[in-house]
Amino acid sequence: MNLAALTLHEAGEKLRKREFSAQDLTEAVFRRISETEEKLHSYITLSRDAALKEAKQADERLKSDTNPRSLLGIPIAVKDNFLTRGIRTTCASKFLENFIPPYDCTTVKKLRASGAIITGKTNLDEFAMGSSAENSAFFATRNPWDTDRVPGGSSGGSAAALAADQCIVALGTDTGGSIRQPAAFCGVVGLKPTYGRVSRYGIIAFASSMDQVGPMTKDVRDCALMLEAIAGYDPADSTSANRPVPQYSASLTGDVKDLRIGIPKEYFVSGIQPDVEQAVRTAIRQLERNGVAIKEISLPHTDYAVAVYYIVATAEASSNLARYDGMRYGHRAYAKDLTETYMLSRAEGFGPEVKRRIMLGTYALSAGYYDAYYLKAQRVRTLIKKDFDEAFKSCDAIIVPTAPTTAFKIGEKTQDPLRMYLSDIYTISANLTGLPAISLPCGFDSEGLPIGMQIIGKHFDESTILAIAYAYEQSTDWHKRKPNF
Amino acid sequence: MKYETVVGLEVHAQLLTQSKIFCGCSTKFGQAPNHNTCPICTGFPGVLPVLNKKVVEFAIRAGLATHCEIARWSRLARKNYFYPDLPKGYQISQYELPICTNGYIDIAVNMVVKRIRLTRIHMEEDAGKNIHDLRSDASLVDLNRAGVPLLEIVSEPDIRSAEEAGNYLRTLRAMLQYLEICDGNMEEGSFRCDANVSVRPEGTTALGTKVELKNLNSFKAVEKGIEFEIRRQIEALSDGGRLIQETRLWDPDREETRSMRTKEFAHDYRYFPDPDLLPVAIDEEWIDEIRASLPELPGARKVRLISQYDIPSYHAELLTNRKDVADYFESTLITHRNPTAIANWITGDLFRLLKDRKLDEKLYITDWPVQPDNLAAMVALIDQGKISGKLAKTVFEAMADSGSSPQEIIAEKGLEQVSDPESIEKAIDQVLIAHRKQVADYQAGNQKIFGFLVGQIMKATQGKVNPQKANEILKRKLTEGNKISATSGRKLD
Amino acid sequence: MLQNLMKLTREEVQRVAMLARLRLTPEDEKRLTEQLDNILQYVGKLNQLDTSGIEPFTHALDIANPMREDAITNEPNADALLANAPDQENHFFQVPKIIE
Repeated sequence: MNLAALTLHEAGEKLRKREFSAQDLTEAVFRRISETEEKLHSYITLSRDAALKEAKQADERLKSDTNPRSLLGIPIAVKDNFLTRGIRTTCASKFLENFIPPYDCTTVKKLRASGAIITGKTNLDEFAMGSSAENSAFFATRNPWDTDRVPGGSSGGSAAALAADQCIVALGTDTGGSIRQPAAFCGVVGLKPTYGRVSRYGIIAFASSMDQVGPMTKDVRDCALMLEAIAGYDPADSTSANRPVPQYSASLTGDVKDLRIGIPKEYFVSGIQPDVEQAVRTAIRQLERNGVAIKEISLPHTDYAVAVYYIVATAEASSNLARYDGMRYGHRAYAKDLTETYMLSRAEGFGPEVKRRIMLGTYALSAGYYDAYYLKAQRVRTLIKKDFDEAFKSCDAIIVPTAPTTAFKIGEKTQDPLRMYLSDIYTISANLTGLPAISLPCGFDSEGLPIGMQIIGKHFDESTILAIAYAYEQSTDWHKRKPNF
Repeated sequence: MKYETVVGLEVHAQLLTQSKIFCGCSTKFGQAPNHNTCPICTGFPGVLPVLNKKVVEFAIRAGLATHCEIARWSRLARKNYFYPDLPKGYQISQYELPICTNGYIDIAVNMVVKRIRLTRIHMEEDAGKNIHDLRSDASLVDLNRAGVPLLEIVSEPDIRSAEEAGNYLRTLRAMLQYLEICDGNMEEGSFRCDANVSVRPEGTTALGTKVELKNLNSFKAVEKGIEFEIRRQIEALSDGGRLIQETRLWDPDREETRSMRTKEFAHDYRYFPDPDLLPVAIDEEWIDEIRASLPELPGARKVRLISQYDIPSYHAELLTNRKDVADYFESTLITHRNPTAIANWITGDLFRLLKDRKLDEKLYITDWPVQPDNLAAMVALIDQGKISGKLAKTVFEAMADSGSSPQEIIAEKGLEQVSDPESIEKAIDQVLIAHRKQVADYQAGNQKIFGFLVGQIMKATQGKVNPQKANEILKRKLTEGNKISATSGRKLD
Repeated sequence: MLQNLMKLTREEVQRVAMLARLRLTPEDEKRLTEQLDNILQYVGKLNQLDTSGIEPFTHALDIANPMREDAITNEPNADALLANAPDQENHFFQVPKIIE
């Protein structure tokens, strides 16, 4: 049995039954990593020694724990924008190439407490800015389904690692689609929870009003279990919601009868790859057979979402990244005076995409432009939110494709930034509005590349979207397919 | 052409909270460099701010005391700029929706009440400290102060002179001390002031070119700086020149304002609402709670002391300037009710003592060198004629040194005043005998001798004799032209 | 919003680069001017929408800001914080000379 290919719930059950040890599992995962990493480049930092130590401790706990947590002994890959104490955290940037955080982010703290084992830190687009993991300062991660193609981004490393069984579960962050889109490109499940559901404390901030931590998993049940483990109020995060965490796995009954699903007409217009549209429509029909009611809805301001995002998110980012100035940590260039030091340290430390977004965001906030750009975008954001509020009066969930295309080739979209930005069109609205959204596999295109379907729910209603996702998943076997790697 | 001065003041007051505004670090002054720091106040990756409730409470206190409108919803905003003492590259402050607006402070200008309006009061975080003089080739940054809470208090340009400015600042400072939200120490930097100064032809309403003055590190500096700047501006305009809107630094050594080195780039702070913090909600209940807990403010207390105790306004002013002194005064009155006399002792001898012993530098004195009940008891003894006012000074000093009560000291040093006529007569007779010549001079018409004789009596009795009684008896003896026998010293009839 | 969006100039790009403390080479400037102009023209489509009377988005969560009690909860640890510093001296962060 290839232990590394197990899901979280499978491995968890077998660990608790003592069919194998956490150390066995961890070693199997690291074997898989060494077999595949040269081709894939999913990890920036591997944490083998520490992981094996943690596995040993997990085995002790498994012996004595009467009520072991679902993540006890489970190897998990963590995106390299989560601060991990004592483990280098680079955010895929030259600026933080040697940065070793003095503290753990809340999510990692929680996972460590429940006995999860960190395999290492995965690759991403630098500062989470990108849709392909090509903007990493170190290397581009490959898609396990076709190594000439991108795994998606920004959580490309986590998605690839997961799809290639280089971990059992993975963590990512999603600001404009950075969990969902790579999940779709790599044929795995990725969830962006409701804004405020999971703590942002200790995540390197990109766009504060949109960033969310979320699980990336091999199937929907794993996703529900992960969400149970990481969701919850954090007093260290003023934007974290003080609401109880439901037992999400309990909503995976397979029964979705009479749930109302809205299909927004604006999402199925030109620009979408034909087999993507076909696969999603087929999936919707499957769900109808499962008992849901489908209706067409309208989200009239869909077309403006990307514009809003690239003003507001970059504005927030330009401010969030001001702390990377070379004074207290990170890269410092030696220059003739203070101003030069700032300018050179940042120019040398940041890659072109990061610089581009900082410039854009700074411009949008600057004197004379604030009203025209930032304020205007925030007003349109309200309009977009109103669209969804209206839609959710008559449906329980909304289904759309995750991305307009399947995984594109490495280098294909890097010449024109705007073209890359436009590929976020289906995922961005959930970030602007804070709504929860999950992507799961719903087919393959003619080249054998995975296609993702996205289910968007009401605020704090992850249970419903997980339930729908589960029902669909169990009617198919997409989740059982693995890349030929 | 006569010019009118127009001044607005911006005060930054450091708040007396235990912890910083957005993290749980201590605000305690004087620690080793970067001792009071954590990832949050040093701008590490991934950190997030959490607002200290006490800061909001203090802001509401200040707003209520200055009659401001308290915003039911207010927002925190980011002010973006790069500087080594600003770890996040932005300061969390307030911009469009500050917590307090449209208040006022009344000041007394030549016995007339003048209202200085306040534009706003808002909360923000302090920056760290850059130290330039320890090394020539580098600067050093200490972030202990980064994140300490501040209130920014902005006045309308209602101030019309340097004197009014000083007056306003002293009034504001006393108020913040009474509210126990700031210790008002300009020298240590817990109370800072920038001034916006312009002039305009008398009778006009348009504002002239505004100059911002910085580096005003004491009340004197504020007054002198404003005075200098007014003169400079008027001179420039009178010479037909034009003024530029700029920032100038006060140079305390040369006593002049100088233009700051022209900045190559103007500040564009790119304010926007901080997305890491939600709108701050303040409900009626909380405001009412805080209002009910406000202490009696200096202005009101002064008025009450004058009316309740009939003390002069000048004393009332001095007594209410500091809350601890006002509390001291009122507690003396529990022991003995002679407000005027006690006020004199406090504002005279006690103040002098506090200054000598440098005790006046404390925000709120608790270990007084002379306890209020002892001071009151001493005044009671004076009033009862048990001790002369002059000797009381000795008693006062002794109390300050030993902490003993006046009764103990008098007994110990045998300073009890002599008031019985017999002893006094005896003492006087002895003096008169010893100074026959002077007596004769007095009786011949030299009135001045009286004082000399009084002095001699005091000397002979170590000051213990009751002066009024001694005066009476001496006068009687001299005017009655009593002859004193050479041997017995007894009055001869 | 700005009507007839003007083309982004190189001077503007230089101004923004200074505000953001980014040293740009002449090639960077040229490239960024073009790319940013392109993006700004795209986001200019927001101009088509009438947003009069619409409140700007404040927050995804409709709740008030939580506040914490005024208590010292931090264990001082200057060493940990200075561990990543490019330069330090006697527990101060050392930075290039600041001229005021």
